[in-house]
Amino acid sequence: MFKWFGRVNYTPYTKVSDFARHLKDGRLMGSRCKRCGATSFPPKADCDACMSGEFEFFEVSGRGTLVTFTKIVAAPTGFEDVTPYIVGVVDLAEGGRALAWFGESVPEPDIAIGMDLQVVPRIFEELEEIKVYYSLEQPGTTWSTAAVNG
Amino acid sequence: MTRVGIIGLGHGVFGRRSDATVQELAFEAFREAVEDAGIERARIDASVIGAVPEYHKQRSLAGVVQEYLGLVPKPTWLTEVACASGSAAVRTAWLSIKAGVHDVVAVIGCQKMTELGTAEILALMGRVGEVQWESGFGTTFPGYYAMFAKRHMHEFGTTREQLTDVAVKNHFYGAMNPKALFRKAITKEKAAASEEVATPFQVYDCCANADGAACVILAREDVAKEFSSTPVWLSGMGCATASMSVLRRPSLVGLPSAEAAAAEAYTMAGVTAKEVNVADVHDCFTVAEIMAYEDLGFCSKGEGGPFVAERQTYIGGTVAVNVDGGLKAKGHPIGATGVSMTYEIAKQLRGEAGERQVPDANVGLTHNVGGIGQYCFVQVLTRD
Repeated sequence: MFKWFGRVNYTPYTKVSDFARHLKDGRLMGSRCKRCGATSFPPKADCDACMSGEFEFFEVSGRGTLVTFTKIVAAPTGFEDVTPYIVGVVDLAEGGRALAWFGESVPEPDIAIGMDLQVVPRIFEELEEIKVYYSLEQPGTTWSTAAVNG
Repeated sequence: MTRVGIIGLGHGVFGRRSDATVQELAFEAFREAVEDAGIERARIDASVIGAVPEYHKQRSLAGVVQEYLGLVPKPTWLTEVACASGSAAVRTAWLSIKAGVHDVVAVIGCQKMTELGTAEILALMGRVGEVQWESGFGTTFPGYYAMFAKRHMHEFGTTREQLTDVAVKNHFYGAMNPKALFRKAITKEKAAASEEVATPFQVYDCCANADGAACVILAREDVAKEFSSTPVWLSGMGCATASMSVLRRPSLVGLPSAEAAAAEAYTMAGVTAKEVNVADVHDCFTVAEIMAYEDLGFCSKGEGGPFVAERQTYIGGTVAVNVDGGLKAKGHPIGATGVSMTYEIAKQLRGEAGERQVPDANVGLTHNVGGIGQYCFVQVLTRD
C-alpha cells in the first residue's frame, strides 16, 4: 500500500510497501538486513553493505536533530494549495535521515539547525483517500495527540 | 597515448528561442564550429549529443539532430546525466578518440526548455529529487540547494550578502557576453528586492531555464595539429557521482562528486588548483558557485563566501570564475551548458574572449554538475 505514502506519490509499488501500513498505524519503521544487520532509514529492501535482499522492519524512535531546512515558496504541481511549506532534514537517533515538513508544534521562528525534533506519523484528514506522511514536531509529540487530532 | 585537442568552437545565442526548433539551434552552433575549425564535414567521424530528453516533444533527439547537421550515415548517440549531459557528451567523445575508434568527433549540447508550458514545467519540477522518499514532500531544485545554503551559512557563517555577490559578479560579466540570456548588470539592491523562491534564495539566486546550443569539435592529437599549431587540449578529465538522495549524503556543505572529479582531473593534467587561471563552474544557484570554489580547491572549505566578497573570482583576482556570465546570466539550457563551458574556456585559452579575456590564461577548468551533485564532471584544459 505504498500509494498511501506522501501527498503526491510517484512510486506506488516497492518492496518496502509495508512501510506505509505501519505509518498508518502510527509506527515509523526502518529496515534491518537479516544477513548482516545493517540498518537503514528510509527503509531499503536490498542491503548496501552485503547485497542481501532479505530484510525486516524495525521501529525507530523518530528522535533526531535538524540538519538543515528551507521554506519553499515556489511549489511544484500538487502542492500549490499548501504553499509555502517548510521542509527539513533530520538526522535520526538510530542512524539514517528523514526529510519532512514541519508540523504545527514547531512555530517557524523557533526553527534552528541543531534543534531536537521528533518525526511523527501523520494522516491527511482532509483528503478522501488514505494519505499518510510524517512531520517534524517538538520532542515528545506523539501520534495520538498531534497526529490524529492535529 | 594520444592527446585530444579541441579544433572547432561554436555557440548559439542562449535565450527564449521561440524562433527555432532544437535541431535548428544545434545547427547554429555546429555551423560556427565547423567554420571555426575549417574542417570538411566529411572528416567528422561521429557526433555526440548532450540533451535531457524530457524537455523535448521530439523523442530520441540524436538521430534528428544528426540528420539536420548532414552527418548521416555517421554514428551518433545521446548522453543524459541531467544538467551535466553536455559534459558527458564531451567525455564520451574524448573516450572514443582515446580508444582509437574515431579521429574527429563533433559534440553538440542542445536543449529547448521553453517547448513545455508552465504546467508541464511545474510537474517536472516536482520530480527533480528522489521521488520515493523526498518528492512527496514537495521538494524542488531550488529547495535542495537552499538547504545546502542554510547549512553552509550555519557551519561557516556565509552571509546572505555573499550569495548576492555571486549573482552581481555573474551578471556583470554576462552583460559583456553577446551569447548570454541576460545582458544587464544588476545591483545588490535589485537582487535583494527580488521575490522569495526557497529561503534563503530569491529569484536572483537562481539561474533561468533557456534554449540554446553549443558545439566543440574534438580531434586526435596529430589531426588537431593539422588545424592549429597550438590547439587547446583536454588534459584532465574527471568524473564522479554522489548519492541522489540528500538522505544518504554525509555532508551538505559541498558536493563529494565535485571533489573527487576535481582530484582526478588535476592528477591527470598534472596541475594544481593554484595554477588554474580561468574556470566555468556550475552556478545553478548562488551557493553552488561558493561550494564549487571550495570543492575545486580555489579556497579552503568554508572560505567561499569571503572569497567572492573580496572579488577573488573577478578578472584580476586569484582565479577568474564564470566571466561568461555563468549559468546565472548566460542562461541554463541544461543539455547545452557543459559544452558551453568547454567552449568558453577554450576561447579564453585561445585569447579570443574579447573584453572579458583573462590575461595570460594557460590553464582553464570546467565544473559541470548534474542534479544536486549526483553527477559531476571536471575538465582541465591547457595550451602548450
